[in-house]
Amino acid sequence: MRTVRRLLTAVALAGAALLGPAATTGLADTATPAPSGSASGDAAAQAGPTEAGTSFRTAAFFRQEQQATAQASTGDYLYWVFPADAGGRPTVTATVTLPETALRHGSSTWRIDVYDGLRRRQPCMYGMQSRVAAREVATVELACTLRPVRASADTWSQDPLPGSYFVRLTATALPEEDSGQPFSVRVGVASRDTGGAYATDGALAVPLVPGATTPETVEALAPEDGWSSGWWSDRWLWTAAGGVLAALAGIGGYVLTRGAGRPSRVPPAA
Amino acid sequence: MITRKRLATGACALLAALTVGLLPATTTATADSGPAATDSAKEPPKVELVLDVSGSMRARDIDGQSRMSAAKQAFNEVLDAVPQEVRLGIRTLGADYPGQDRKRGCQDTRPLYPVGPLDRTEAKTAVATLAPTGWTPIGPALLGAAEDLEGGDATKRIVLITDGEDTCAPLDPCEVARDIAAKGIHLVIDTLGLVPDAKTRRQLMCIAEATGGTYTSVHRTKELSGRVRQLVDRAADPVVTPVATDGAERCADAPVLKPGLYADRQVIGTHRWYRVDVLPGQELRASVSVSADRAVNDDYGVLLRAVTLHGREIVRGSEAGDGRTDVISTGLRYPKKDDEEAMDDDTKPAAEPVCLQVSNSFSAPPSVKTTPGMPVELAIDVVDGPGSASDVASFGLGRGWWLLGALALAGFLGGLVWGWLSRWRIAVWRTH
Repeated sequence: MRTVRRLLTAVALAGAALLGPAATTGLADTATPAPSGSASGDAAAQAGPTEAGTSFRTAAFFRQEQQATAQASTGDYLYWVFPADAGGRPTVTATVTLPETALRHGSSTWRIDVYDGLRRRQPCMYGMQSRVAAREVATVELACTLRPVRASADTWSQDPLPGSYFVRLTATALPEEDSGQPFSVRVGVASRDTGGAYATDGALAVPLVPGATTPETVEALAPEDGWSSGWWSDRWLWTAAGGVLAALAGIGGYVLTRGAGRPSRVPPAA
Repeated sequence: MITRKRLATGACALLAALTVGLLPATTTATADSGPAATDSAKEPPKVELVLDVSGSMRARDIDGQSRMSAAKQAFNEVLDAVPQEVRLGIRTLGADYPGQDRKRGCQDTRPLYPVGPLDRTEAKTAVATLAPTGWTPIGPALLGAAEDLEGGDATKRIVLITDGEDTCAPLDPCEVARDIAAKGIHLVIDTLGLVPDAKTRRQLMCIAEATGGTYTSVHRTKELSGRVRQLVDRAADPVVTPVATDGAERCADAPVLKPGLYADRQVIGTHRWYRVDVLPGQELRASVSVSADRAVNDDYGVLLRAVTLHGREIVRGSEAGDGRTDVISTGLRYPKKDDEEAMDDDTKPAAEPVCLQVSNSFSAPPSVKTTPGMPVELAIDVVDGPGSASDVASFGLGRGWWLLGALALAGFLGGLVWGWLSRWRIAVWRTH
């Protein structure tokens, strides 16, 4: 997506260069909407929702790079949903601020689970998905790194696909007298670009979003710059570079064997 | 998709810029389209606050004041902050009968303020008159509250605030809550215990669990008002309500589901069938979640299978887990291939009925009632099928140093051969 935008800008700049200075004022304006839009979105980008949902249906929506916060009672199940697109490997992090030590009677176990748009549980490649918090500990840090999101996968595989991802946070083990105490939590998601290593052919017609039958839902739950069409990957660059290299090597090989135009033993005057 | 739209918008903008020089703000519309409220034009949500006014509310252990005055103070704050669209009602339990007759004491629940558009002053005045009096008939109060909220398709929420366990056995409020939830009226009960003891806590947690609600224990006034306000706000959040359906024992009798969200009940150890019609070239997406709304054993699972009419399993989704959980869920997708023959015939392609079987492997201790069944939520989507791939790699493109090496080598060898050929040609040309 970003690449597409970059390409567009490049095309625009080329056009500007061709048409001369008259056009550039207009282009300066064209270029601004995207950055200014994201700048005004920046304040919101950090903020995210301040409430969490309590089920898949009510999950609070936030985008990657945003920080979602919530206050709840221990024992609650908190749900968020975020979009992840192909070519990224999302890592979900959560910081739980536990109730006051005075109110607690023992250690508790905290856990995040990530589900895809079909509510299938997704395994974590890395990260402390679950942690035991001793009685005197004030905060717990949890993390879960998903597998790289691919554009397509076999029907019967559970590979992550572009679409919505649900995060569920809860205390899985808790002394009974400790339930119902107030705690707060901060959840964030960041994606690492996996490049073309996981680029696959074929793509879902519609991302794996709950309620995907209605296009508005799909749009509403999209990442900030929309769902990618899936045609771009750095494989184009690799392959093109390979082609160039092959051409150069070909010229080299040709020069080596062809020799210098005419055989050297033949005198030019002959 | 957005990309294409954006490309188009970008192209338009470019064109405008090049021709006019100054451009109209075409891109602003697509810049930031946040998640729109999905169901805004719906019935207003209904909330009923159920307040315990039993004698024990006199105890002075919340921030040095009595539980009753803490509750009143919290109510005042909450009433000020109730969102405009919420229809709020207040019901009391144990507010009127101070005597010792258990039978009368256990019927002592009445609506203090009817569910409807909120008149803040009136509601506050009504709350101010309350004084701790009688018994704690939680079960009857919940039944009454469910009746108050009855009707309509709005989201409904009961917020129960109490400081003691139900004193009116044998009507177990937990069973009452489960029965209310089983009516399929999308009612959630949240419970708040004021300085609760172990038995109260267990009972309130059971009530909350049975309806998918939450439990909070309160030790401070601020916590109480903050939490109640949060719960009332939650009720105001727009949410899609599932449609009740009734799965069948066999696929042949199964209800045919259109894309949407469905709710059903499933008794432990049984399975249910549903049917979805899928046209060639479409993709079926189904997800199911079974809620653990009662005390179940620690290991459990769920299985969702897509089966043809003839009993061949197409694809399955399964999940198992252990420990404390609210739901267990799984999903599957089934892209049905384009029927090429039918397309040649120019006839309308026939939809394939796909049978969906939902089964669970929960188990419960013998003391736990298995009826009504556990809540099942089924989400069905039918979308266009995925683009077919001739190669696993993206467009058959390659990547990596081996690829570069291989291409370079091939190019080099090609160059060598070409060079030889041309040298040989020159030699041939020379000799003639």
